[in-house]
Amino acid sequence: MMTTLVSGVVVLLLLALALWTVVARDAFLAVAGFIVYGLLLSLVWVRLYGIDVALTEAAIGGGLSGALLLGAVGKLRRTEALSWAERCGLGTRALAAALSVAVTLALVLGVLFLPDPAPTLAPQVMRHLPATGVGNPITGVLLAFRAVDTLLEAIVLVIALIGVWSLAPDRAWGGRPGPRYDADPDGMLAYLARLLPPIGIVIGIYLFWAGADHPGGKFQAATILAAMWLLVQMAGLGDAPRTDNRALRAGIALGPLVFVAVGVLGLPSAGVFLGYPEGWAKPMIVVIEIALLPTLTLVLALLMSGAPARSADSSVPRAKP
Amino acid sequence: MTMWLDAFSIVAIVAGAFFFLAGTVGLLRFPDAYTRLHALTKADNLGLALVVIGLLPQMDGLLAAAKLVLVWLLVLLSGAVVSQLIARAARRQDGNP
Repeated sequence: MMTTLVSGVVVLLLLALALWTVVARDAFLAVAGFIVYGLLLSLVWVRLYGIDVALTEAAIGGGLSGALLLGAVGKLRRTEALSWAERCGLGTRALAAALSVAVTLALVLGVLFLPDPAPTLAPQVMRHLPATGVGNPITGVLLAFRAVDTLLEAIVLVIALIGVWSLAPDRAWGGRPGPRYDADPDGMLAYLARLLPPIGIVIGIYLFWAGADHPGGKFQAATILAAMWLLVQMAGLGDAPRTDNRALRAGIALGPLVFVAVGVLGLPSAGVFLGYPEGWAKPMIVVIEIALLPTLTLVLALLMSGAPARSADSSVPRAKP
Repeated sequence: MTMWLDAFSIVAIVAGAFFFLAGTVGLLRFPDAYTRLHALTKADNLGLALVVIGLLPQMDGLLAAAKLVLVWLLVLLSGAVVSQLIARAARRQDGNP
């Protein structure tokens, strides 16, 4: 009864926030609504016992996407009034609204008329999970049964980063992204950037390692590690890396390369691409996870930093005060 | 014994919820950014502390309880820092360096 009440309130709040995000006239307010929406959505996933999804939604849906959108709002601020002036006409907007409502209705009908019991592969996953050696079925699906999806996901992220980098002006190519943050070295932010990263790194690695048997995994871990790195940069305690740094590029390529190598190894040993030989599933999965962690951390942090904006030799070390 | 612990939990959590309510009212009613921050951070820190204290007897195991305290400390830290940063940004926007 009580939980139903709480669920009902959360659902109403979610709907109100979704509406707010769509109709808010100010981009900043819309993004603020979207971030809260993401956090509330992760509560919904907890309620549905999808702890893995909840963690990912909070870290990536609310946190990382929110921060990316806030950055975009900051960049668009000057042109926002202008873009309102060239807004499309009432007819187009009504058509767009009608289309959205139609899609929503189709989805609602699809959910309401699911056969009962709903089609599920969960029993098969649980039956074959012991063969993979991992205890968390989500990790089993992501890295054994549907490993090819995860491989493509990692590659898509790397391609997205290349896309962001390719927006750099010619003189900044290979340089450092974003501004050089010059925060007060004795200020609050620098204090936080000294205090939090040790804790964050431990929690990130814990989430990563726990992912084999408990909710967690490389994506959530990479988000936290990337956030710690960005915090250090924003507090002015460290600079963003040069994007032509070979070690950096190697780290970015490492995950997908190792993943593909393990996949090709599966051809002779297990007879299929991305197949794991008998009894070797767990070590292989661990190798892939360890290789993907630096890739994801670097890519997520660098996506946040944006395109290279300063020429490669712009950053002279600051004089000590 | 369990009943007393449960009663303790209920009292602490309700008290915590009251601080959240007071903080929210302050956030909505106070006139400017500084006073709103004041209401929010004070109430959130104390409210969350009371909720955590109330939940401690309900946790199974010391480790789970320690995690809960860690969560509270982290929220305390981020609340303190973020409120400072927001206040500084607000002061800059008001034209004071």
